[in-house]
Amino acid sequence: MVLRAQGEWLVVTAAELDRRLHSLEMPQGRRVTVDLSEVDRLDSAGAWLLLRTEHELATRGNAVELSNLQPRFAPLLQQVRARGVTEPLPHPLPPHHTLVGFLERIGRVTVVLANRVYDILGFAGLVTVTTLRLLRQPRRLRLVATLVQMEVVGLDAMPIVGLLSFLIGVVMAYQGADQLRRFGAEIYTVNLLGISILRELGVLLSAIIIAGRSGSAFTAQIGTMQVNEEIDALRTLGLDPIEVLVLPRLFGLGLTLPLLVFYADFMGLLGGGLMSWGVLGINFPNFLTQLQSAVSETTLWVGVVKAPFFAAIIALVGCYEGLHVTRSAESVGRLTTQSVVESIFFVIVTDAAFSIVFSMLKV
Amino acid sequence: MAEPANDDVVIRIRDLVNAFGPQVIHDGVDLDVRRGEVMGIVGGSGSGKSVLLRTVVGLNQPVSGSIEVLGRDVLHLGEAERHELETRWGVLFQDGALFSSLTVAQNIEVPLKEDLELPARLMAEIAACKIGMVGLPPDAADKFPAQLSGGMRKRAGLARALALDPAILFLDEPTAGLDPIAAAAFDQLIKDLRGSLDLTVFLVTHDLDTLFAVCDRVAVLVDKKVHVGTLEEHLRDDHPWIRSYFHGPRGRAALTAETTAAAQAR
Repeated sequence: MVLRAQGEWLVVTAAELDRRLHSLEMPQGRRVTVDLSEVDRLDSAGAWLLLRTEHELATRGNAVELSNLQPRFAPLLQQVRARGVTEPLPHPLPPHHTLVGFLERIGRVTVVLANRVYDILGFAGLVTVTTLRLLRQPRRLRLVATLVQMEVVGLDAMPIVGLLSFLIGVVMAYQGADQLRRFGAEIYTVNLLGISILRELGVLLSAIIIAGRSGSAFTAQIGTMQVNEEIDALRTLGLDPIEVLVLPRLFGLGLTLPLLVFYADFMGLLGGGLMSWGVLGINFPNFLTQLQSAVSETTLWVGVVKAPFFAAIIALVGCYEGLHVTRSAESVGRLTTQSVVESIFFVIVTDAAFSIVFSMLKV
Repeated sequence: MAEPANDDVVIRIRDLVNAFGPQVIHDGVDLDVRRGEVMGIVGGSGSGKSVLLRTVVGLNQPVSGSIEVLGRDVLHLGEAERHELETRWGVLFQDGALFSSLTVAQNIEVPLKEDLELPARLMAEIAACKIGMVGLPPDAADKFPAQLSGGMRKRAGLARALALDPAILFLDEPTAGLDPIAAAAFDQLIKDLRGSLDLTVFLVTHDLDTLFAVCDRVAVLVDKKVHVGTLEEHLRDDHPWIRSYFHGPRGRAALTAETTAAAQAR
C-alpha cells in the first residue's frame, strides 16, 4: 500500500494536515510505503507530522518505509527524528478543579498562612534580639540611616496623610450632620468627629497610607538588593543586614508614625471643624468647647498608643518580605504586593484586638 | 569584495548611524548577511553589538541609514507587513527572555497561538518536538523558567525562537554565562540546526570559541564601523584592536583548539 504526501508540509498548513491525517483510515499489518517525492516544502512541524504518521502506522503493526524524500529535506527529517520525536506529556486536569482538590487547596493555603505568621513572629524575635544587642553598644545604631528613614517615611508623607485626613474629616462631618440633624442633635456631630477620628480613624488611616507607601517601598528596596546579591555582599563584609537595613527602618517608622498620627488627628478635626462651620454654623469657639466636653486626653492617647505597634507591624512585614525575595525580578513584584496586603491585614487585626482590650479595660 | 547577487542577501545594512544623544555608536555601518551563512558580530564592550541586533529587528530606531531584511525595508513597514516579517525571524535574547508566568511548553506555544489556529493537541506535539530538537529533556515542558538552569533557559528560548521555523535566527550572546561544556554543546546545536533547518544566523557573541566553531564570516565592530571578513582575513588584519582580539592569548587558544578539533575530525 502506498500513501502519497504532497505539497507544503509547513507549520502554517499543519492544522489542515493534522485534520486530514486524523481522518485517514490506518491500515493494519501491511507493508506501507509513504511516498514523499511530491513534498515541495517541509519545515520541522511538517517533519514532525510525517514522523508521527510513520510512528502511528508502525504501532498498528505495519512495516513502514518513508521513501523518495527530496535530498535537501533529509537533514531536517533526520534532525527531528534524532531529537524531536517524543510523545508530549499528558496534561492532567488541574487538580484544583475537583472537590477534593478544592478542599486540599484550602488546607494548603491555611498551612501556608500559619507558617507565614510563625515565620514573621520568628523574624520579630530575631529583630528584638538584634535590638537588645544594640542597646549594649548604642554607638552601633545607624543614626544617619534612621534619620533618613524618618524623613522619607514621615516628613515626606505629611502632604498625603494631611490631605486625606482632612478630607475624611470633611466627609465624616457632612455625613454625621446629615443624620444627626433629624434628631435635632447636630451639635453631637462634634462628638462623633472627635471620638471617631482620635480613637480610630486618624491612626488607622495613617497606618494604611504608610503601609501602602513605605511598607511596599521597604520590600521593593530590600528585595532589589536581594536580587543584586547586595544582601549577601553585606554579610560577607561582616555587616548584619538586620542591623544595617531593618533597624533603621523599624526605628525610623516607629518614631515618626505616632507623630504622623497626631498630625492626622489634627488635620481630620480641622476638616471636620470647617465643615461643621459651613454646614451647621457651629463656629470655632463653640466647636472647641463641644470637643472639650466630648473627648478627654485619654481619647487622644488611646489612638496614638496604637501607632508604634502598627509601625512595627508595617516595618517588620515590609522588611521580612524584602529579605525573602528570591533572585528573580518577578518575585520582587509579587512580594511587594503581598507585603502591603499582609501589613494592612495585620494592622486591622491588631486594631480589632486593641478594641477588645480597651473595652475590657473600660477605656 | 564583490557585491553578492541580490537574492542571496537576506540582511542588507547600508550607512547605518546609531546614536544615543551625543554619543555615536555606529557611524556608517554597511553589512550584508547572505542566505544560509552564520554571521558572527564581535566587538569590545559598548561597541554596539547588541544595539546593531536590536536595530535590525526593529527594537531600536536608528538616526539614519537603511536596513533590508528578506528584501523588505524594516524601517518603513506597515503593521501587517511588519508582523509578517516578524514571523520569519526568531530572536534569542541574552537570558532567554522567557515569559516567567508561562511554562516552557506554553512559551513555545505563544507564537504558534498568535499566528495559527492549531488544535491544542497538535500545538503540544509541536512544542514537545521543539523541546526535543534543542536538546531539552521532555519533562522540561511543564517547568517554569525559574526552575531551569541558565543553559536550559537559553535552550528553551531557542526553542521559542524556532517555533515558527524562521528563515533568520538572531542570537544575542548565546553562550555567555554557560560553562564550557554547555557552551560547546550549544555551539554544536546551532551548527546542527543551521544545517538541517537552512537557517541564516546573525550571532552576537563575546565567545571566541563560538566564533571559531560556527561562524562563516565575522563582522568586527571597531571605531563605529564594521570590518567584515572570514576568520582567515581577520587573522591577517593589521588593525590594532582586531590584532589584539584575535591574536591575544584567548584568541590563540581558541584558534589552536579549533585547528586541533578539525584535524581530529579528519
